[in-house]
Amino acid sequence: MTARGEARLWLAQRAAGILLALAVAVHLATILYAVHRGLSAAAILARTRGNAAWLAFYLVFAAAAALHGGIGLRTVIREATAWRDRSLDLATAAFIVLATLAGWRAAAALFA
Amino acid sequence: MRDQLLRVSVWRGADEGRLVAYEVPARPSQTVLDVVTYIQRRLDPSLAYRFACRVGMCGSCAMTVNGIARWTCRTHVERVAKNSAIEIRPLANLQVIRDLVTDMTPFFEKWRRAEGRFVPATTPARDFAKVPPASRERRAADAGIECIGCGVCYASCDVVAWDPDYLGPAALNRAWTLVNDVRDGGNSDRLRAVAGDAGCHACHSHQSCALRCPKALDPTASIAGLKRVAARATLRGEL
Ligand code: SF4
Ligand code: SF4
Ligand code: FES
Repeated sequence: MTARGEARLWLAQRAAGILLALAVAVHLATILYAVHRGLSAAAILARTRGNAAWLAFYLVFAAAAALHGGIGLRTVIREATAWRDRSLDLATAAFIVLATLAGWRAAAALFA
Repeated sequence: MRDQLLRVSVWRGADEGRLVAYEVPARPSQTVLDVVTYIQRRLDPSLAYRFACRVGMCGSCAMTVNGIARWTCRTHVERVAKNSAIEIRPLANLQVIRDLVTDMTPFFEKWRRAEGRFVPATTPARDFAKVPPASRERRAADAGIECIGCGVCYASCDVVAWDPDYLGPAALNRAWTLVNDVRDGGNSDRLRAVAGDAGCHACHSHQSCALRCPKALDPTASIAGLKRVAARATLRGEL
């Protein structure tokens, strides 16, 4: 990959990391709140169904996690193994897309 | 009174080889380089090692002493010997030519690959460049300029061990001093050379280089500087 491509990946991973720091904090606070209040699954769904704000939050959260994790995984593989060519970049892209879609499916299930 | 003896084991051979034991009389203020020189002059003239200045300027005498890369001419035996024993090996992360001599070619080749040479700006200079000593660029360049090219940082860096293409702390530190040289005109090529997985973006910032550098330089900070400049150039579409 070109230096420009690498630098972009690096920036994207940092940006996704910043988003994640915020999103994880909100996510944890939500879990603590739900446990504290003893909310049932039905009670939680009642709050998230049809709520566009929660949907948007989890769509962004899932995409950021997939991006951050995917780029990081690529780095780890490049460092620890001899797999460094274009096929790794394609596998990384596939991983990010699949992980994002999986996350979005879960977010959609909370919404609808 | 009988001399107190140091038990010294020294790597003999090339990448394949073995440790050979010698006994060397302990002396006050003795350096590790003194010990190696004693062995070569008195015990075994076939021992190969490098040194030149003996005063911490030339950067040629670095070896692995009790597992840690050090400049041997400025390392006192008292500080590093454990129960009067020292183990001396060649620098890590480089091929061994013979005994304590490594092939430094890849190390310096990476300085070249990192565009580590000064490139005059294309406009012909009409006057001496004025670089205010207190300016941000001058201070950043100053912080990294005293490198003696000893390779201690390079031998101490895990990322170099993992990825033989990684430019390493010294070459990147050199590039950073030039990025901050206001007279230099080679920065767009240089940024392309130092960005990416073989360059500044591979650094884990774990600071072994800064911890071990005998000149107390901080290549980690220089590399972080390169990452900042590369990020800015990427956002501006200049990389
Ligand atoms: S901070 Fe970077 S250059 Fe220095 S030892 Fe660690 S990985 Fe290597
Ligand atoms: S940065 Fe320090 S350790 Fe690395 S080559 Fe230069 S002087 Fe030696
Ligand atoms: S001999 Fe020159 S730095 Fe040690």
